[in-house]
Amino acid sequence: MDLLGLTIKDVSKKLKSHVFSCRELVEECFSNIKKNDKKINAFLTLNEKEALKKAGEYDELIKNDKEIFDKKPLLGIPTVLKDLYTAKGIRTTAGSKIIEDYYPPFDSTVVKKLMDAGVIVIGKTNEDAWGHGSSGENTDYEPTKNPYDLSRVPGGSSSGSGAAVAYGAALVGTGTDTGSSVRLPAGYCNLVGLKPTYGRVSRYGVIAMASSFDSIGHMTKTVYDNAKVLEVTAGLDPYDSTTFPIKVGQYTKVLGQNIKGLKIGLPKEYFVKGLDNKVNNSIRNSLKVMEKLGATVKEISLPHTDYAMAAYYILVPSEVSSNLSRYDGVRYGGTREIFGAEAKRRIMLGSYTLSSGYYDAYYLKAAKVRTLIKQDFEKAFKEIDILIVPTSPTLPFKLGEKVDDPLKMYLSDIFLCPVNLAGIAGLSVPSGFVDGLPVGMQIIGPQFSEELLYKVAYLFEQETQYYKIHPEFTNG
Amino acid sequence: MAKKNLTTEDILHIAKLGNLTLNEKEIEMFKKQLSSVIDYIDKLQEINTENVEPSSQITGLTDVLREDKIEEKRTLTSDQALANTKSKEGNLFKVKAILTE
Repeated sequence: MDLLGLTIKDVSKKLKSHVFSCRELVEECFSNIKKNDKKINAFLTLNEKEALKKAGEYDELIKNDKEIFDKKPLLGIPTVLKDLYTAKGIRTTAGSKIIEDYYPPFDSTVVKKLMDAGVIVIGKTNEDAWGHGSSGENTDYEPTKNPYDLSRVPGGSSSGSGAAVAYGAALVGTGTDTGSSVRLPAGYCNLVGLKPTYGRVSRYGVIAMASSFDSIGHMTKTVYDNAKVLEVTAGLDPYDSTTFPIKVGQYTKVLGQNIKGLKIGLPKEYFVKGLDNKVNNSIRNSLKVMEKLGATVKEISLPHTDYAMAAYYILVPSEVSSNLSRYDGVRYGGTREIFGAEAKRRIMLGSYTLSSGYYDAYYLKAAKVRTLIKQDFEKAFKEIDILIVPTSPTLPFKLGEKVDDPLKMYLSDIFLCPVNLAGIAGLSVPSGFVDGLPVGMQIIGPQFSEELLYKVAYLFEQETQYYKIHPEFTNG
Repeated sequence: MAKKNLTTEDILHIAKLGNLTLNEKEIEMFKKQLSSVIDYIDKLQEINTENVEPSSQITGLTDVLREDKIEEKRTLTSDQALANTKSKEGNLFKVKAILTE
């Protein structure tokens, strides 16, 4: 079985027609993990025994119930959970050592929904601790490597989920996107990664980073697969009061519809110095494909772009310092000196920007700038339907390249954080390869425009099919 | 060279606010790193935000309430609640004293 060549769509078909069993599929995942994960470090915890048991149960169901795939749309789909996702009885560390022995007594809403839909949880994945990072190197464990080039980062913070899907350990990698953390690993690992609109997917039980930003997304190989997962995870949740009362789209149903007349905006502030020429060329080529599909492209302006990162690095650490205050070693986990350097940096930065005498100058000011950034996007979306920008200004960078300079690391997310400030939706899709390394293209739409993003991405993917290019573990 | 120069005293004060204890090496490292980040975020002072409302809830939801009653389904037993602690006594979490006589 060649798991790398399979998508959710293929697997469902093959399980249904008994080409292989669920158990064989899950065994293949663990065989790939045993073969490759020592090189990659995508996993913090494996769920092998439970996964095989579940697979056996599903094989019985497939034999006995003809309608099971209607009842469980993701039946048998091997899935990995970023280690911020609380899962009952499965060790959940958030990539940190302070809660390295925490076994949650409950499931997060998304985990419950995915399991009810039939996914098989293969394991919990490595990440920058608490979601703080762009490379995966801020994990308190061993950093994850990029399967396309082992000397480079897979992108963070959902580093393990991205790498795991890229090397064939699973078909779905869940992530969280507070500033970049689903889209960047998707871009660096040749995957489709969704940052849904804030409030589209429940945050309940997903360990909080910055509560007014956290968006619960996922990575897959194809657009269809990504849309299929969102149909399961999206929706109102009484346990998360920020989930929005708006109907969940039929994301897979719109795939294949034409995009003639679609207006694409290119924000001129993103195509500036600092953007790698090779990345720029890749995006320009992809725009030609969009034009061929009937879209028109025009330059627009998002005038406050230059202030987005500063606003982000005030608001997010402020919320981080508040959310991480609960880790005091009383109810679970160890004491606060165990926090890694990045967590300490963010707690301190947030404590500073919220402190007496600085609150107005920093936090309140940044919250106002957030309004201006949101308005920039709203104005743009009156003129155009979607925006297209590179996912990252550079190709996947080398491990160690930015670890000593936090500010430089923060600026890796410069094309991604503004989307989180505005609470809108962004989808990173493969835009091809440069020097053997994946390039990601981000499609950005208004709040709750996920259907449109998938529609555009699907046609683009049909033309380009970059998902068929698999990693070769070079420079190991 | 950063324009902002946080002192050891500043770093210790901020660490205290965040309930963190730092060693000498961390103090030196954070002094440099946080000064450069604060320099960067100070850029916001350039923008005029007069008459701009701050955003906190970005999709505009307001006053989402639930019924004020206990949900049995979500209630942990005391064994479940205590399962992950390193310090308990009987059915209780055991913490260091915060008040003295």
